[in-house]
Amino acid sequence: MTVSQETLDEIALSRDEYEAIIDRLGREPEPLELGLFGALWSEHCGYKHTKALLRTLPASSERLLVAPGAENAGVIDLGDGLSVCFKIESHNHPSAVEPFEGAATGVGGIIRDIFAMGARPIALLNSLRFGQPDDARTRYLMNGVIGGISSYGNCIGIPDVGGEIFFSDSYKGNPLVNAMCVGLIEDGKMASASAKEPGDLLLLVGADTGRDGIHGASGLASRSFEEQAEMRSAVQVGNPFLEKVLIEACIESLDLPGVVGLQDCGAAGITSAAIEMAERSSMGLKLLIDKVPRREQGMTPYEVMLSESQERMLLAVTPGEEGPVFDLFEKWDLDATVIGEFELGENVRIFDKGELVTSTPVITLTDAPEYKFTGVKPQWLTDLQDADLSAIPVPAESPSTLLLKMLAAPNIASRFPIYRQYDYHVQTNTVVEPGGDAAVLRLKGSKRGIAVSTDCNGRICYLDPEIGTAIAVAEACRNLSVTGAEPVALTDGLNFGNPETADVQFQLTESIAGMSRAAEAFGIPIVSGNASMYNQSSGKDIYPTPIIGSLGLLEDVEKHATVAFKTEGDAIVLLGTDSTWDGIDGLAASEYLDLIHGKVEGQPALDLDLEIRTQTVCRDAIASDLIASGHDVSDGGLAIAIAESAIIGGIGASITEAPGERWDAAMFGETQSRILVSLSPENLSKLKDITSALNVPMTLIGSVGGDSLSFGDSISTPLVDADDAWKNGFTLATSD
Amino acid sequence: MKFGIVVFPGTWSEKDTHYAVNGVLGQDAEYIWHGDEKLDQYDAIVLPGGFSYGDFLRCGAIARFSPVMEAVRNFANKGGPVIGICNGFQVLCESGLLPGVLMRNDHLEFRCIWTDLKVENPSTMFTSTATAGQILHIPMSHGEGNYQADSATIKQLEDNGQVIFRYADTDGNITPAINPNGSINNIAGIINERGNVMGMMPHPEKASEKLIGGDDGNVIFTSMIENIVTTLA
Repeated sequence: MTVSQETLDEIALSRDEYEAIIDRLGREPEPLELGLFGALWSEHCGYKHTKALLRTLPASSERLLVAPGAENAGVIDLGDGLSVCFKIESHNHPSAVEPFEGAATGVGGIIRDIFAMGARPIALLNSLRFGQPDDARTRYLMNGVIGGISSYGNCIGIPDVGGEIFFSDSYKGNPLVNAMCVGLIEDGKMASASAKEPGDLLLLVGADTGRDGIHGASGLASRSFEEQAEMRSAVQVGNPFLEKVLIEACIESLDLPGVVGLQDCGAAGITSAAIEMAERSSMGLKLLIDKVPRREQGMTPYEVMLSESQERMLLAVTPGEEGPVFDLFEKWDLDATVIGEFELGENVRIFDKGELVTSTPVITLTDAPEYKFTGVKPQWLTDLQDADLSAIPVPAESPSTLLLKMLAAPNIASRFPIYRQYDYHVQTNTVVEPGGDAAVLRLKGSKRGIAVSTDCNGRICYLDPEIGTAIAVAEACRNLSVTGAEPVALTDGLNFGNPETADVQFQLTESIAGMSRAAEAFGIPIVSGNASMYNQSSGKDIYPTPIIGSLGLLEDVEKHATVAFKTEGDAIVLLGTDSTWDGIDGLAASEYLDLIHGKVEGQPALDLDLEIRTQTVCRDAIASDLIASGHDVSDGGLAIAIAESAIIGGIGASITEAPGERWDAAMFGETQSRILVSLSPENLSKLKDITSALNVPMTLIGSVGGDSLSFGDSISTPLVDADDAWKNGFTLATSD
Repeated sequence: MKFGIVVFPGTWSEKDTHYAVNGVLGQDAEYIWHGDEKLDQYDAIVLPGGFSYGDFLRCGAIARFSPVMEAVRNFANKGGPVIGICNGFQVLCESGLLPGVLMRNDHLEFRCIWTDLKVENPSTMFTSTATAGQILHIPMSHGEGNYQADSATIKQLEDNGQVIFRYADTDGNITPAINPNGSINNIAGIINERGNVMGMMPHPEKASEKLIGGDDGNVIFTSMIENIVTTLA
């Protein structure tokens, strides 16, 4: 046994894993080899704790052109010769260490994943989680992250059209920064991340390689994490201008006959990118490490292999046809260098100045160990679920006061102060801008459009990971359905705590089961995914946060709905329930319970069958031009949903029925599967026909009009006050 | 007529501009690579939005030295119509084709919002299809659009009717509250003395169709087309 514990710690491999490497190789690994194993067997690249679970996710659909797993993301057919791919990626730990660059390079990384498929990136979204904003460091992290996303995204000409931000102490020392990118593929011109024939050349294009980001995948992303300033060298630095040029050059290069494969250099740099390419091509690979252009002198092969310098891509090129490739990259002022070639055989052979440094079977590197586990439900969770919600006292404040407080809450107030820092118009496809439940984009040259959204309520997942994740899927789809779009595919960004603990193993197992159950019920595949483990803050695991990215299709993009109430006298209808107000059970896991009472408890619930039927009704009604507005009832409950539709529409609303004795639960309860719509009264009977046919309950609850929000006879809030609370709440809550 | 749309490596609004003038308004349009020096075949030049060469130093500070900008300077000096949008406006100022500078927004944040622009001078080739005082609803998207110049220059611009657009509210009131970036006198767009070079921070090419929120941007391109086609005839 020659390897020290310190060395193993540095690359985050366990002693058992080291033994497994010796077993597979039949010898001790070389130092460089050990670094390769550390990177590829990291949680981030090797999915050790999630691989077995992820295999259970639904992955089939008539619309699938490329299966998930075959490439970096599955590809979904939209018709009219158009297809899309999309994916979420986390950059949580880098953002905790260096928020601006961490978030910026997270955006850069996911964009490369998408254009590596030959897709032109057409939309970005980001899903963010922070501690409570009354903490100065949290505000520093938040402002850095938003600044990084703004700086990188705006420079690059891809609209940032949506996402979420959620505050909870659970994320205090460990913010979540997940970025999603959607790419459009025209005429089936997609790229493969593989070589075609032995002898194909491996080209590195883009930035020079420096010492930044070494051990990003193994060290930062794949082990228990506490704020560590000294980890800053593991965070990369981004250059969006270079990425912009790289996008154009790489997409253009795919028209050259010699370019057969394209792969992004992300986590674990050349190691992961090149070796995964070799595996996908079922070939060996000869790497000439001294050929890699470097940013600084004296870098060792180990450093070059593990650097996570940004804005680099790999190309597989037919030998003899590299000339036009060099010309094209020169036109864009980009370096392109042959750094190896694919060959017959099973090994990756790394040469430094003509000397063989290591030769390792590809399969031993890429087939990381799998840890299987079945979690046991912890007693503390049962206790939280069994909490008696009727024991929650009715607040002493008036319902109007509480409504304004809720509207101004960091988790509810308008996100305009954030998204106005992102360019959401560029490419001129944005039909429904950020600020609604989902963004809608047209597809030029087609009548069709897409809607995109991300969703996950970590608090609900904490209280029931199975049902909570099913709810995340349901809500991500509901966000699409209220615009009129039919959900066609999902992606996931798993953000969990330490997977070596029993609680997190339980959360992971349950969460994936819930995701599978819900996606199967909707009949849509999960086309890609990302897993971020070891998210802990002050020694406590974060809320399980399986962020769901959703993509929906509109057959006619002109026929879409928005959140805003439109016309005086329109009827307000609640789909999915036969009562106006929510009951006491709706308080489970609610924002109200957390914000006002400081409690996170109760048993979340979801009737998936009702959910799917309710969404279908909403889409059918929009397609039939019956509906003037559609809004998902979620965070903050029905009163908040009504207020948002009224504020955005600039017109009041009156709800007929008084919310009663438990007005708090009635107004702010978060029972699922409810959709708020408004429509001309003359369309009510037609809507009734649609709901009856699908056996979906609907309730006429009031009408649009006036300059206040009134609930029954005795509760009334001036719209102007609600407007002020909601629009200024975020800035007030996040100012120093 | 034929538009030439200049493309620096970091330009990202060239396709949106092409779509607006060609896809929506049906005019010929071609891209001009930043290394090109021949512009004779074009009737008007557009410098679109983006980040030219990365804009690490100062927006447009490197672009002014590019081969294509030398050609644009010659084109403008011969009276050819040139419009600079956002980064294009910054490049025109850096190149000396328009006076003044575009500084960082006074609130120090990037800002992407819809603006209402009051047409201050409808008798230019870029605004002739608008009426005086008309409000154009056009989005902006920039971090450095705070227009400033010395007081003599501002006086000259104001006195000569060279201020083409100002940020206004929907009723046309020019107020500090509606000013999105700190520009002096709420200036959103200016024209040179000769009347053939115009720069504006908001993006008319991003307001080309009702489906994406409005088509007021077409007023500017349509004005150019009408005037240039008349001249050509």
